[in-house]
Amino acid sequence: MSSQEKLSILSQAARAEIDHWLTKYPPEQKRSALLPALHIVQDENGGWLSPELIEGVAHYLGIPPVAAYEVATFYSMYDLQPVGRNKVKVCTSISCMLRGADELLAYMESHLGIKAGETTPDGRITLKKAECLAACGGAPAVMINRNYHENITPEKANELLDDLE
Amino acid sequence: MSITLNEICFRTLHQHEPWTLATYEQADGYQALKRILANKTPSQEIVEQLKVSSLRGRGGAGFPTGLKWSFISPSTPAPKYVVCNADEGEPGTFKDRDILRFNPHQLIEGMIIACYVVGATDAYIYIRGEFYEPIARVAAALEEAKAAGYLGENILGSGVTCRIHFHVGAGAYICGEETALLESLEGKQGKPRFKPPFPANFGLYGRPTTINNVETFASVPVILMKGGNWFLDLGKPNNGGYKVFSVSGHVNKPGNYEIPLGTPFSELLELAGGVWKGRKLKAVIPGGSSAPVIPGHMMMDLTMDYDCIAKAGSMLGSGAVIVMDDSTCMVKVLARNAEFYHDESCGQCTPCREGTGWVARVADRIEHGEGTERDLALMTQVAMAMVGRTICVLADSIALPVVSFMKYYREEFEYHVKHKRCP
Ligand SMILES: Cc1cc2nc3c(=O)[nH]c(=O)nc-3n(C[C@H](O)[C@H](O)[C@H](O)COP(=O)(O)O)c2cc1C
Ligand code: SF4
Ligand code: FES
Repeated sequence: MSSQEKLSILSQAARAEIDHWLTKYPPEQKRSALLPALHIVQDENGGWLSPELIEGVAHYLGIPPVAAYEVATFYSMYDLQPVGRNKVKVCTSISCMLRGADELLAYMESHLGIKAGETTPDGRITLKKAECLAACGGAPAVMINRNYHENITPEKANELLDDLE
Repeated sequence: MSITLNEICFRTLHQHEPWTLATYEQADGYQALKRILANKTPSQEIVEQLKVSSLRGRGGAGFPTGLKWSFISPSTPAPKYVVCNADEGEPGTFKDRDILRFNPHQLIEGMIIACYVVGATDAYIYIRGEFYEPIARVAAALEEAKAAGYLGENILGSGVTCRIHFHVGAGAYICGEETALLESLEGKQGKPRFKPPFPANFGLYGRPTTINNVETFASVPVILMKGGNWFLDLGKPNNGGYKVFSVSGHVNKPGNYEIPLGTPFSELLELAGGVWKGRKLKAVIPGGSSAPVIPGHMMMDLTMDYDCIAKAGSMLGSGAVIVMDDSTCMVKVLARNAEFYHDESCGQCTPCREGTGWVARVADRIEHGEGTERDLALMTQVAMAMVGRTICVLADSIALPVVSFMKYYREEFEYHVKHKRCP
């Protein structure tokens, strides 16, 4: 890919947003905007990062592609494979486990007919296990896309899942 | 029993829209800052008040905040930074999320004061990526504070410049460790740095940096408004003030309870509605999943402060109190925590990378009735071999709990090995 192509893979809007983040850091520390930039680009791309996008971000920030790959693989919020239209994450850490998270996850798996880590065949939902969401007072806690849902029973899970487009 | 709740970080919680500037100002918000700027209070005086208050870091380690703030002074060459650790992720802990959501201005005021004390013009709030709602509240509060002249250049006409920026993480527990957080803020993998040098000498971008937890910063404005002694007297010597306890697990009313340090555990348990389902208390992890477990009957004699919990062989940590009833399988609890630390190890140190894996596998084997007598000894051995041999204390965060589970609940582990199921 030429430089121009690498850059043009990022939309105008994404570039404008990344530029806003860049105002927060010293001019010689553009790399600091890497995590936010990957979020922006992933959100625009239906929830996952392709190698081309990761390289596009690296190029835009003037850092080696490997530096961006390293980061994209290190953090759990970045998905490097296509995902469903909705991401559902069920916390299974200790406080949620003590209040039925394992049973909740098993229920959701059977309701959706998939295992944690998989996507429904219609591409509607990717189901994942999560580690402590810092919502342990509302255990068991579930994160759906950008929102937290607390004290989730199988009935509530039903409603939440069925509401997803 | 009559404890007054919510005197510090949650003091505006009962108000309408407590997160707005208007509500905060009505509760004397930004008064401490205004007084400091008007009087040009010397940094040492502020540090002195914090030392008197005996405020200790609320992020887990309990390091004295006044002492930390004395490491960098206005005469330290710039650039230098103030950073807030809002990466809350230790299982059981959910207090910072509520401070961010419900009282962001008090955090901001505390950070502006920190910038003033160390002479920094720029500060960052590193918020975990999953916190979309808290991030939105913080972003809005920063805008409000800027519009009101509390942030920016020449704040309130004082000649002081202070900019606070928020930054987002992307899902990695290890970024809560302060040097991993700084790496992450620099756009790298969150791998802890060797220490020394400590952040006060070599922090963000290699510059002197003061880093504190959300609750720590948010406690400062109230301390400076009412005085270090006032705060100290709320708690007990060396354990000043109120602290937020996040109570989770088998209680009727899980939630955040901001109470005086030194409050008996029994009273906290009562506030949280007691053990659920009419069951009995079996065990408590008093300071987040990395704290050693304490049997319930011992816990009932302890008070909730750093020194008392440490004397009992555990730690107050982040103040996350995980309560377990008498139906709890302790093998399963340990196995789940081991899995967490194994998943979250950054992998830099062999003892941690391998050790957390071993402990997780062995605990899982025992839980599922596939463990052997040898596994029991192996688990403790592996755990002990991790302690103190790694770059950060994540390894200890599972090693020390292993030792405590084996000390108090060994028969349960043995039963699993022998009978291949729970007692
Ligand atoms: C593995 C690990 C995870 C940590 N996670 C957090 C965290 O989520 N939030 C936090 O404030 N401190 C966390 N800490 C503690 C920080 O390293 C640091 O001590 C703290 O931010 C200092 O602030 P304080 O003095 O105000 O507590 C963690 C430490 C370790 C070793
Ligand atoms: S102890 Fe574990 S988490 Fe900490 S630096 Fe070493 S490998 Fe990483
Ligand atoms: S353990 Fe599930 S949110 Fe903390």
